Amino acid sequence: MNVNILSAGFVTSVQDLGRTGFRQSGISIGGALDSHAMRVANALVGNEDSAAGLEATLGNLRLRFDDQRVVAWCGGAFTVRIGDGNLPSGHAGLIAKDEELVMTAPKTGSRAWLAISGGIDVPPILGSRSTDLRGNFGGHEGRALRDGDQMPLGAKERRFETALLIGRRSQTAASWVSEWSAPAPWAATAHRDRFLRVVRGADWNRFTTEAQTSLFSAPFTVLSDSDRMGVRLDGPKLDRVDSADLLSEAVVPGTLQVPPSGKPILLLGDCQTIGGYPKIAHVITVDLSIAAQLWPGDLVRFHEVSLAEAQNLLREREEDFARFRIGIDLHLE
Amino acid sequence: MQIDPLGDSALIVRVVDDFARDPDASVNAVLAALRALEEAAIPGVTELAPAYSTVGVFFDPARVATPGADPTAWLRTRIESALEVRSVESEGDLEAPLIEIPVCYDREFAPDLDDVARVAGLADSEVIHRHSNAAYRVNCVGFIAGFPFLSGLPPELATPRRAAPRKEVPAGSVGIGGAQTGIYPRSSPGGWNLIGRTPLCLFDVRREPPTILQAGDRVRFRQISREEFESARK
Repeated sequence: MNVNILSAGFVTSVQDLGRTGFRQSGISIGGALDSHAMRVANALVGNEDSAAGLEATLGNLRLRFDDQRVVAWCGGAFTVRIGDGNLPSGHAGLIAKDEELVMTAPKTGSRAWLAISGGIDVPPILGSRSTDLRGNFGGHEGRALRDGDQMPLGAKERRFETALLIGRRSQTAASWVSEWSAPAPWAATAHRDRFLRVVRGADWNRFTTEAQTSLFSAPFTVLSDSDRMGVRLDGPKLDRVDSADLLSEAVVPGTLQVPPSGKPILLLGDCQTIGGYPKIAHVITVDLSIAAQLWPGDLVRFHEVSLAEAQNLLREREEDFARFRIGIDLHLE
Repeated sequence: MQIDPLGDSALIVRVVDDFARDPDASVNAVLAALRALEEAAIPGVTELAPAYSTVGVFFDPARVATPGADPTAWLRTRIESALEVRSVESEGDLEAPLIEIPVCYDREFAPDLDDVARVAGLADSEVIHRHSNAAYRVNCVGFIAGFPFLSGLPPELATPRRAAPRKEVPAGSVGIGGAQTGIYPRSSPGGWNLIGRTPLCLFDVRREPPTILQAGDRVRFRQISREEFESARK
């Protein structure tokens, strides 16, 4: 049973939680730029966290399935329609064989993650089904999807379909939409006021006091040459107090590095594994969901938190996620 | 040894203070630290990544330490004790495989050979001779998947990167960037000075590990003719 891509939209690719264990070979983690959104969407349709789904950029996506499936999505302010009905973000919806799913362009934000019960069953490469768009491997033929592509789907968890068929349905939305749903902040991640919380980077002290101050006081504008590797930002020039050449060392998604131009680059999931630019700060893991929605022209501000706070937020989210999964199970009984 | 946070889910262990003073010994020390951390198998650590003088330690803050404990502090202690054990053992002879990379220095593959020769004040043939007779070491693999950064370039061959990077460097190209030499595993943009090409496929996701060269490996280049290059590609 396949998913048929009638219209592939701007950039749509197969993604999962990414490729772990190959940084030593220079392979980036990749995967869904908002891996939490992908996990949440997977949980809503009864998939394992690591199932592969679709990452859509700017929508304009149309899909059809060879058999009945349950679908769910999280991300920017998109509209997703199945037939004549609306599928709100963070809810599961039943889609019949040959019925069409349409995702329109977003009002705010830029990306969405769509999970399909059973997951997209492309062959795993180095332990992951995610598409490495720079390396041209993984996902569907190592590339972004095109109109007319077909991909196999995995075996689905029937309890979710059954629950929707016997009436575990939303009171407010279309009749095929689930009564179970994800917390709103997980389901809809595009915000008008874009604040990213950061912790200081190892090279914080290589920057001038002015640079340190302006990082937290001035807004930065997302530039057009941003992509899945990194968000290029324009704003006050972040000057260094020294000019020493640094040896390349590990970088991670969230790293805010500053090349000699003084214009910072916020690294995202497809970033290189090592880098030699000084790291002034790091966006905390829980805020990568907001970072993944940034689009050229957006304004973004940074706000400092402590390392302990960043880690607590992440741990709390993990605990909430475990409870969320249990909560969904209760709806299926 | 210093351990710095790298965001909320990783640390950088600074194993060596001055890499350039003795690159070979530095690579040995970093590799020994890498092995020690692998053996320590610290719970919650998901990945380790060596590069020059450091080892990146990636972890899941929700899985390291006990609830309530500071994951960074807990991890620091575990890393320090893993590396103390290492210093007790002999750091001396670290076995690193020697890998030979055949390189064809044919004109067509070496558009920047003249530039390198001019900077060095040597004849083209002498640049090739010196490049293919030096002993190299992989300092790290990165930048793009499978790209090995090699130390050991004869200092006179050091050449600054090109002012304007090429939009496309063919796969297998051997280049010089500053004091380092390296090999483009696949066609990609790049700013290094190209002086030859290997017929070997350095990076293949169907292999595990997907790269021929790993950090710490010793490397030699062997000059091959155009005929050998073409037949090796078949």
